[in-house]
Amino acid sequence: MTITTEIGKARTRKEDARLLTGQTNWTDNIQLAGLLHIAFLRSPMAHARIRSVDVSAAKGAPGVIAAFSGADFAAEQGSLPCAWPVTPDIVIPAHPPMAVDEVRYVGEIVACVVARNRYAAADALERIDVDYEPLPAVLDMEAALAEGSPKVHEAGNKSFEWPLVSGDMDAAFGDAPVVIERTYRQQRLIPCAMEPRATVCEPVGDEFTLWSSTQIPHVLRFLLAAVLGIPEQKLRVIAPDVGGGFGSKLQATAEEFLTVLIARKLGRPVKWTESRSEGNLAVHHGRDQIQRIKIAADRDGRLRGLSVDLLADMGAYLMLVTPGVPLLGAFMFNAIYKMDAYSFKCTGVFTTKMPTDAYRGAGRPEATFGIEHIMDDLAAELGMDPLELRKRNWITHEEFPFTTIAGLTYDSGNYEAATDKAVELFGYDELRREQAVRRESGDPVQLGIGISTYTEMCGLAPSRLLGQLRYGAGGWEYASIRMLPTGKVEVVTGSSAHGQGHETAWSQIVADRLGVPFEDVKVLHGDTAIAPKGMDTYGSRSLAVGGIALFGACEKVIAKAKVIAAGLLEVSADDLEWTPGRFSVRGDPDKGSSIGEIALATFAAHNLPDGVEPSLDSDATYDPNNFSYPHGTHLCAVEVDTETGEVKIRSYVAVDDVGVVVNPLIVDGQLHGGIAQGIAQALYEEAAYDADGNLLTTTLADYLLPSAADLPTFVLDRTETPATSNPLGVKGVGEAGTIASTPAVVDAVIDALRPLGVTDVEMPCTSQRVWRAINEANGGAR
Amino acid sequence: MTKVSMTIDGVRYDDDVEPRMLLVHYIREVAGRTGTPVGCDTSNCGACTVLLNGLSVKSCSMLAVQADGAQITTIQGLADGEWHPLQRAFHEEHALQCGYCTPGMIMAAADLLRENPHPTEHEVREGLEGNLCRCTGYQNIVRAVLRAASEGVAS
Repeated sequence: MTITTEIGKARTRKEDARLLTGQTNWTDNIQLAGLLHIAFLRSPMAHARIRSVDVSAAKGAPGVIAAFSGADFAAEQGSLPCAWPVTPDIVIPAHPPMAVDEVRYVGEIVACVVARNRYAAADALERIDVDYEPLPAVLDMEAALAEGSPKVHEAGNKSFEWPLVSGDMDAAFGDAPVVIERTYRQQRLIPCAMEPRATVCEPVGDEFTLWSSTQIPHVLRFLLAAVLGIPEQKLRVIAPDVGGGFGSKLQATAEEFLTVLIARKLGRPVKWTESRSEGNLAVHHGRDQIQRIKIAADRDGRLRGLSVDLLADMGAYLMLVTPGVPLLGAFMFNAIYKMDAYSFKCTGVFTTKMPTDAYRGAGRPEATFGIEHIMDDLAAELGMDPLELRKRNWITHEEFPFTTIAGLTYDSGNYEAATDKAVELFGYDELRREQAVRRESGDPVQLGIGISTYTEMCGLAPSRLLGQLRYGAGGWEYASIRMLPTGKVEVVTGSSAHGQGHETAWSQIVADRLGVPFEDVKVLHGDTAIAPKGMDTYGSRSLAVGGIALFGACEKVIAKAKVIAAGLLEVSADDLEWTPGRFSVRGDPDKGSSIGEIALATFAAHNLPDGVEPSLDSDATYDPNNFSYPHGTHLCAVEVDTETGEVKIRSYVAVDDVGVVVNPLIVDGQLHGGIAQGIAQALYEEAAYDADGNLLTTTLADYLLPSAADLPTFVLDRTETPATSNPLGVKGVGEAGTIASTPAVVDAVIDALRPLGVTDVEMPCTSQRVWRAINEANGGAR
Repeated sequence: MTKVSMTIDGVRYDDDVEPRMLLVHYIREVAGRTGTPVGCDTSNCGACTVLLNGLSVKSCSMLAVQADGAQITTIQGLADGEWHPLQRAFHEEHALQCGYCTPGMIMAAADLLRENPHPTEHEVREGLEGNLCRCTGYQNIVRAVLRAASEGVAS
């Protein structure tokens, strides 16, 4: 491909102009004539039978237009869809958007009020009377699977069991000189996109427009049509400006379905805006696994086998991709390492908690944490530097393409280069020396070093592979290019951005391929009436899949332009030469037509060759033939105050290889935010439930997002090994930081404390937990 | 209903409001200035930060009636023809991604630089502690505030 200066340029973003000046179009900003407001009443019980719901008093409240309970929707609301039935015998319980007979988590919707303003709607909720018959809460996964446990659903508490075995496990483990076994816990997390969810639905006749703060307008439209029986062509879904998602808006939510149902019932436009405390309860949660991991190695550190047995908390229901999330980790526990055998088993468990689903990284952060954490434990067992252990086992750069023990083929990578660069930037050897000095002197503030040599699979995903994994949809992406008569360009992408910067990056790709000015490109997305199809945005797929669709559409525009240019210039198409922006006649470079001239001539259509349609517009749908595999080495140094348990990140170095970089400013931004989110899991965040199944962390005062004061300045650098599986050489970057950083931080904490006898600290490694771990290792001496 | 009168971004508004109406809802829904978003209900996130008589406040933690007589500046009133140096610096440093926290972050930063025109990195981090961002890891926000400071935004 021709490289121009556009790809790789640190363009400031086109999106910023509206975001910086308050002209953003958030869903909650939308006003329509006669717009009514919905407030939902949510269950205060983790598990209960609904004896009765009386909304009559609410109906008489000031400003109230209507009030409904689940019974009012029972005949038409269907069941919220799960698109990933991972095994043939998976248990997928019915999941009515509004509970009818039973509630199974605190926050489940049991009734609603529709009123003239949000205050009146909230007030009237207090007039709804629900009679609950309490049932036992089921909160602990291991207890849930035990004989005699109270049941979340009639069919029991096990949803599925999904196995993968590769290689001879008996041979790998049978006579292995070193085998260690560990149990790690992935705490439950709340995604906390800064924009709370919101919906607006406008019914016109039998047609509906839904605005939603969603990552997936196209998928949502299909699911609403399929479940509610609204003909798809009569349903338009718009994701206006969306304030972050991180997977939490990759969902077909009860609130979206109910907004449409209420609009249909009333024939009037309605809006719902979530409060943060409502969101913490009822936006799907992330992670929540118990990982039992066993690793076998030779004395010199060579890995022989890995066994992973997961319990994954589904929560009370299976939502859009709930059961598939841990499966994405199944292919990543082996990470960048070579080994003889690997087995993975995941059991999906129901509890009476908010359902879990995709959260930044979705399955891969869990896997990366598991393997990187046990690699450190193994290094400690072997008395080996953890970096050395990794070097002895990773796939070397000469070995690509490499088919892993989990069956994926990594197309490219250079773990040595990224690690060498990171080690140098970090000052690894000096920090190790300082660590030794502090250990020697018994410094109350100990230094720890954590290493994460991660890879991930992104660019979701080859449709055929998704089909093999029983996922309900494909993994392609769509793009189209409209050449306007003035030579300007409209780009339509099926990939629906919510903060990433597609408008900028996509403009760069088009400017690069078509040779038009960056400023001349307008990117449209997030509206099913404008972008007719798409698979939307998640799994670091936008550039690696959607960007390639765009590349394909550009190639088609050029091919069409060539035929038309040949007619205009009265030469054979074979005699034309393309340099971005212009066709010229071979051997007579002054003779030619710019893409803008060709666009205008196509619009006029006076002199087109016979049989040529008067249009340069082109679209392309790209289905990847492989995932892409970003990788990198993250190194973290922490100082742990052994007297207070306080952990302070002293330095953090990340060298990532995300393939060809379209916009380094955006890539670095994604990494900064991703790393911060991984650190948040390591040190700060946990969705905690009490023994009755009440969420204790319903507000941002209880659920601690890190602030600017909690985080260090990250030192970033890159290596660039182009992906060989797509023509742009790009890999994706949306989740890399989050996947990499959690184990780097936790391993650093443990590394600081190993000499004190601490072998593990459960996440989040708060001061209290760290202090307790030190104290327990000390035999409770303090 | 209670009468309130205030100036928002240079325009005077007189309305009858419920005494319990939050200032942020008044700004967004009565005055129609939707540039100021709401991110939480416990005054932790700071997305709704505006300047009230020149000082930053979280407009979700005040009632509209408490702002009676006040001069309020939101993100929509910050630019004076041209972008404010903080808006420019946020753009240049890529200090925003989804942009939801941005209005509050910029208003808080404006107040921070008023109080401390030449902060250190540490002071910026401490000073913006009350404003949460989920996208950027704060790194470029800190850079942007330092850049605006170096360009003499406060003067």
